[in-house]
Amino acid sequence: MLLGKLNWDALPLHEPIPLAASGMMIAGILGVVLLVLLKGWAPYVWREWITSVDHKRIGIMYCLLALVMLLRGFTDAIMMRSQQALAFHSAGYLPPDHYDQVFSAHGTIMIFFVAMPFVIGLMNFVLPLQLGVRDVAFPTLNSVSFWLTAVGVLLTNISLFVGEFARTGWLPYPPLSELRYSPGVGVDYWLWALQISGVGTLMSGINLVVTILKMRAPGMTYLRMPMFCWTALASNLLIVAAFPILTATSAMLIMDRYLGFHFFTNEAGGNVMMFMNLIWAWGHPEVYILILPAFGIFSEVISTFSGKPLFGYRSMVMATMCICILAFMVWLHHFFTMGAGGNVNAFFGIMTMIIAIPTGVKVYNWLFTFYGGRIRFTSPVLWSIGFMVTFVIGGMTGVLMAVPPADFVLHNSLFLIAHFHNVIIGGVLFGAFAGYTYWFPKAFGFRLHEGWGKAAFWFWLVGFYVAFMPLYVLGFLGMTRRMQHYDVAEWRPWLLAAAAGAGLIALGIGCQVAQLVVSIRHRRKLADQTGDPWDGRSLEWATASPPPAFNFALMPDVSGEEPYWAMKDAAFARGGLTDEPKYEAIEMPRNTATGVVTAFFATAVGFAMIWHIWWMALFGIAGAFATFVAFAWRDRSEFEVPAAEVAAIDRLNRTARAAAVARPRAF
Amino acid sequence: MTEVHPHEHPGYGDSAPGDEKLDGSGVAQGIGGYLLGLALAGGLTAASFYFAAGHFLWGPGMPSALIALAVAQMGVHLVFFLHITTGPESTNNVLALAFGVLIVFLLLAGTIFIMSSLSHTMPTMDQIMSMQR
Amino acid sequence: MTAADPPVPFDPYHVGRGQDSDPSRGHGAGGPASKRVIVAYGFWIFLLSDIVMFSAFFAGYAVLSGNTAGGPGARQLFDLHNVAIETACLLLSSFSCGMAAVATEARNKAAFYLMMAVTFVLGAAFITLEVREFAALIAQGDGPSRSAFLSAFFALVGCHGAHVSVGLLWLLTMMAQVFAKGFRPEILRRILCFSLFWHALDIIWVAVFTVVYLLGVHP
Repeated sequence: MLLGKLNWDALPLHEPIPLAASGMMIAGILGVVLLVLLKGWAPYVWREWITSVDHKRIGIMYCLLALVMLLRGFTDAIMMRSQQALAFHSAGYLPPDHYDQVFSAHGTIMIFFVAMPFVIGLMNFVLPLQLGVRDVAFPTLNSVSFWLTAVGVLLTNISLFVGEFARTGWLPYPPLSELRYSPGVGVDYWLWALQISGVGTLMSGINLVVTILKMRAPGMTYLRMPMFCWTALASNLLIVAAFPILTATSAMLIMDRYLGFHFFTNEAGGNVMMFMNLIWAWGHPEVYILILPAFGIFSEVISTFSGKPLFGYRSMVMATMCICILAFMVWLHHFFTMGAGGNVNAFFGIMTMIIAIPTGVKVYNWLFTFYGGRIRFTSPVLWSIGFMVTFVIGGMTGVLMAVPPADFVLHNSLFLIAHFHNVIIGGVLFGAFAGYTYWFPKAFGFRLHEGWGKAAFWFWLVGFYVAFMPLYVLGFLGMTRRMQHYDVAEWRPWLLAAAAGAGLIALGIGCQVAQLVVSIRHRRKLADQTGDPWDGRSLEWATASPPPAFNFALMPDVSGEEPYWAMKDAAFARGGLTDEPKYEAIEMPRNTATGVVTAFFATAVGFAMIWHIWWMALFGIAGAFATFVAFAWRDRSEFEVPAAEVAAIDRLNRTARAAAVARPRAF
Repeated sequence: MTEVHPHEHPGYGDSAPGDEKLDGSGVAQGIGGYLLGLALAGGLTAASFYFAAGHFLWGPGMPSALIALAVAQMGVHLVFFLHITTGPESTNNVLALAFGVLIVFLLLAGTIFIMSSLSHTMPTMDQIMSMQR
Repeated sequence: MTAADPPVPFDPYHVGRGQDSDPSRGHGAGGPASKRVIVAYGFWIFLLSDIVMFSAFFAGYAVLSGNTAGGPGARQLFDLHNVAIETACLLLSSFSCGMAAVATEARNKAAFYLMMAVTFVLGAAFITLEVREFAALIAQGDGPSRSAFLSAFFALVGCHGAHVSVGLLWLLTMMAQVFAKGFRPEILRRILCFSLFWHALDIIWVAVFTVVYLLGVHP
């Protein structure tokens, strides 16, 4: 009664693999916590990071969360690949109910806790800087959004140790996910982790939409915004439009499981197929939410390292907004085989093919941006070129499956798996890595080591092709997804190749870890002195690296596209910087513990609902409301940075930049 | 973000959604606007209930009539209670509303299109039994 | 961009092509919009997302409204008199909320408290009637676990009721805030958000009573 369904059986004491994994995870977390406490870093971490409402800090924390979860999601991938490599006429080493949890966790983690936080983190960090403003529209809400996402991560990781995870795949289709067929807590972990982090994501979407539409530097009209801001706008509009559908559909499944409702049950008139319809009405916009910021990153990277403005800016804007709207008109292509009939399949099949057109426009514009430029082949550029080849292949296989008769053969085969990994890894992940490398010096004041970065790229690129091209072949050979064992000899060599590819990717990840360690160790040598390590074109490169809390001492006055490039042209022509501006005091929002405290209560609610500990759930809800009221009651929400301090900070950067302008122009 | 008074450029600038630009002596004007909205909305609501009770309207026309009345009621709320206008200061608010309405339309139309097609091609046992004479 | 600048041509709908012809804030050329506009616009976007969530429940209701599993349907269960009273309560509460907004503009605390109290009473009456309707249905065995139709009904109407209940809680909090802190700028912004929320709930109720109750009962 006191602890609901929770008892000692929830711990994996008799299952070696989850036990070992839990042990490592707990040891890791404890290690980090002890390190912070013993070294006396706790006050700093609390003051400067945990309670921060600064978009730059929050963006970095999102990206850090994503990178850590990438390790867990990738571990799941290695487990699946090795299981499938071994399980020919054999049971392998992962029993079926465990294997099912592994692939479900893999997908859930990679989409919700790697890809989403990564792109949201990059957008958080970069957008206010590119727009020439001091922070996002709602800084405290930003902090709450991050911490609610972290709650989702926490609950998913707790499921490794206490209870189990869903066995339904990354989207819990009924009737399997209904109480009758999934009586355990696994599906409940999925539902509550995603409901809670979904609220955070929705808040973040609202925040960034309002920032882009209502908060830009003076003179920055819509058509003077950098391309990344446009793709971020489209992506966040999709978040605002699509995430409520996920919330509603998950709520319906929760009501079925907890209150005996009949939305998706087999009996009493429930309609199982309605779940697929609603969840993919969210699910398709979701993948565009992921890819659009990556498109924006590539636009920035390609134009910077070609030394040219982006080709066809207006057509890019048009293409982006078309993709945004069309993303909401194609979702049935995820369930052509469900049986809606020829008319429905034809409509959505054609719409799916149409959405490839604006994407093609963007690819041509990137190519034409490269053409005629003086290209510097840095690792962000390598990621971009790798993206263009890989994403186009993945896109083409998608258009192939957009043909309903073809999809009837290929649906839920490994061909599908190869397609979406092709576009997500080749598109989203390569874009995130390019953005990570490109903006790392802005965030931390020193560049990442280029050699290790290039090595990582090549291992990832080759590893990706070795791991996933065989899956296309396997799809044609008839292998379906999520198989725990098989006995078709023809498939074996391809699965072994795929496992080898996963190993190469592991080396790539190893190179990225090494890159980070080496870069931190050599940070003085890799330092970014002026704030503009790449000869950038947009406003974020006008700030110091890392920027001061207030971003810009004076909000820039924008009179054209690529305002920073114009500033540099003028500075080099003049032979020096403009006169020192008249510094004024700046009001900044105060840090607050609202985010992390709300997250604490949200964790209590989530865990309690999963284990049916009703008193704890009520306590959590009451606590969250109390936190909200306490925040609403505070009297001082801002603090002032005195003009003298602003001046001192800005003068440091001005000195470094004046020195750079005095030298002949690099690049 | 420093506060700047919103009337520095009359005729320009966005209005906050829901904000009514009352200038000083506008209390009576404000109340009048809400009263008119209440009267219109009340009238339309009464009409809906009246028609639904079967009076006055040809049966098969009922759904269209009720939906039209519902849309009209929503319009009255938007204009009189939420002060959404067609003026240039309200453009961003109207665009956001239009985007929301588009998404709602796509979701509802798409769902009904898909799910009714599904029930046509894959009827339940009950539906099959009821089709048999 | 100060008042001393030369007057710009009056082009509020941006028909002219000049990019700099609009010095207003929040459209780009004038810098970030005022906090009131930013906060209200953000809440407006949130309301639109909430409406999308409701439309998902509406879609579910549309699909499942015929699935009564041999049990009673809309015509057998719904009492239009009750619905009419609920509708009147909510519509009048929207009006009184508007009066509270006028009182806020006039900085009249007494009128504000009075109008908010009226709004609360009407909203609470709505919730009471709805809870009684649900309790009656459940007591006679027609609860949400009886059929998919009833699940969809309880979820959709219940979701709206839950929003109204949260709104009532927010209403009390706003009254307490005005009492404790007066009409400070951030309190004024929150009152604006509350009225947006309350009116939006009435808009959603129009859809609910039309689609669920009136269209459900009509032959």
